[in-house]
Amino acid sequence: MRNPLSDKVVDIKPSGIRKFFDLVSEIPDAISLGVGEPDFDTPWRVREEGIYSLEKGRTFYTANAGLIELRTEISKYLEKKIHVSYDPAKEIVVTVGGSEGIDLALRAMLNPGDEVIIPQPCFVSYIPCTLMADGVPVTIPLKEENQFRLTKEELLAAVTDKTKVLVLSYPNNPTGAVMTKEDLEAIRDVVVEKDLFVISDEIYSELIYNGEHISIASLEGMRERTIVINGFSKAFAMTGWRMGYAVGPRLIMEQITKIHQFAIMCAPTTGQYAAIEALKNCEEDVQLMRESYNQRRKFLLNEFEKIGMKCFEPLGAFYAFPNITAFGLTSDEFANRLLKEEKVAVVPGTAFGDSGEGFLRVSYAYSIEELRNAMERIGRFVHRL
Amino acid sequence: MREEILRMIEKNSKINLHDMAVMLGKDEKEIANEIQDMENEKIICGYHTMIDWDKTNSEKVVALIELKITPERGEGYDKIAKRISKFREVSSLYLMSGAFDIAVFIEGKTMKQVAAFVSEKIAPLDTVLSTSTHFVLKKYKDHGVTMVGEENHERMAVTP
Repeated sequence: MRNPLSDKVVDIKPSGIRKFFDLVSEIPDAISLGVGEPDFDTPWRVREEGIYSLEKGRTFYTANAGLIELRTEISKYLEKKIHVSYDPAKEIVVTVGGSEGIDLALRAMLNPGDEVIIPQPCFVSYIPCTLMADGVPVTIPLKEENQFRLTKEELLAAVTDKTKVLVLSYPNNPTGAVMTKEDLEAIRDVVVEKDLFVISDEIYSELIYNGEHISIASLEGMRERTIVINGFSKAFAMTGWRMGYAVGPRLIMEQITKIHQFAIMCAPTTGQYAAIEALKNCEEDVQLMRESYNQRRKFLLNEFEKIGMKCFEPLGAFYAFPNITAFGLTSDEFANRLLKEEKVAVVPGTAFGDSGEGFLRVSYAYSIEELRNAMERIGRFVHRL
Repeated sequence: MREEILRMIEKNSKINLHDMAVMLGKDEKEIANEIQDMENEKIICGYHTMIDWDKTNSEKVVALIELKITPERGEGYDKIAKRISKFREVSSLYLMSGAFDIAVFIEGKTMKQVAAFVSEKIAPLDTVLSTSTHFVLKKYKDHGVTMVGEENHERMAVTP
């Protein structure tokens, strides 16, 4: 029999998260701070709307780009939140989670050999999706001293004649870093000067603790150069619904819609009806969840300080990214021993790129009691080292 | 800050001052003062405990009594409402819009006891035109807390 597999796919490294997940699965009573999703249930009124849509028999395909009513709500929401206006008819596609949007945007924009700049540590899908779209990933190792923000100098050093796309992801998973308007303006200058495009993954845009989320798409000259990826998973605690969206200039969105049409047809209808309710009536739920994450964030940072673990202040998402270099272990060793000796699961920073070495991703999408219990164990572990 | 403090202790009045200070990013003393002030201003009226009495052996019945009232000149509903609320058996009392005027929640040991209380103490009051008594059969949710059939959803241990 011939080799049934694609070399391109076989060559892609499996996710570091997966490896760690398998390890954790062997210890069923482990306490985990390793989860990348909210611990809240989807607000009941959203779930109820999903149930109602099923009762009404709304079980058919929708338009490829999604229900026009939902796209209109997304347009209104973005206008209000990031002050950029997108045409619901031509510039918005409802996707199966933010993840699909990332894949679509890369596939729609890349020609073989085009370089994609990916600042790391970052979400796990940017590199594999770039490779599957025949692009060439070029990573920038972000620095703790810059609070894991991308600087103009770092970007300039990575740009070549072949660079086409920059992937930005703020608020960031795994670091919790946030870019200010000034930070983004510096990046914008390079992007415009070098004639690049940006895929801006803003899935954590509602979870920001020091003011308003700024999208690079809102900066002068950037609307036509940016695909914004967002979704319902983190803001409305809807991870399992797989509801996201991509928005951008019509020229690119036409091609994105084409791929989506052939690969997916349309996002699940039930979820689309639920998502309309989320955008229309759940701002208060989002605000209460944000308040709760912020309290946990402060609690966790204080716990790190108590046990002498260095951690820069994350201002977004629901992750802290403490520095563990002082303990003389690699991220992998630290996470593995912590799991075996104290039964606490945290994700080694290296699961999000080589520049995550020396760090851990600790999620605070947990109750204060769970955080307290886990941090007691981490404290015990650290004192033994 | 007040509202955030209130939302915190509304759900967990046992939370300690130190944890609150950390989570709010404020000084312990500052929060203690704020709470003290809110107690003095009667914004914070007490620290009670949520109990599901159905799970204990104690006998307890709760009833909602709808009252129709003739408002008094110069007093409206205030005088009669205050008078009824003084009974130890009355746990809550609200002035309502709609088909009746005052809703009274009464706690007693038995239905008979509650019925006797209503007919002896409430119904004969001068301005009370009528009473309608409804007994609570089962408590599903109280003060935002679901009492029945709370499900536990498991997330996977590690996700990206």
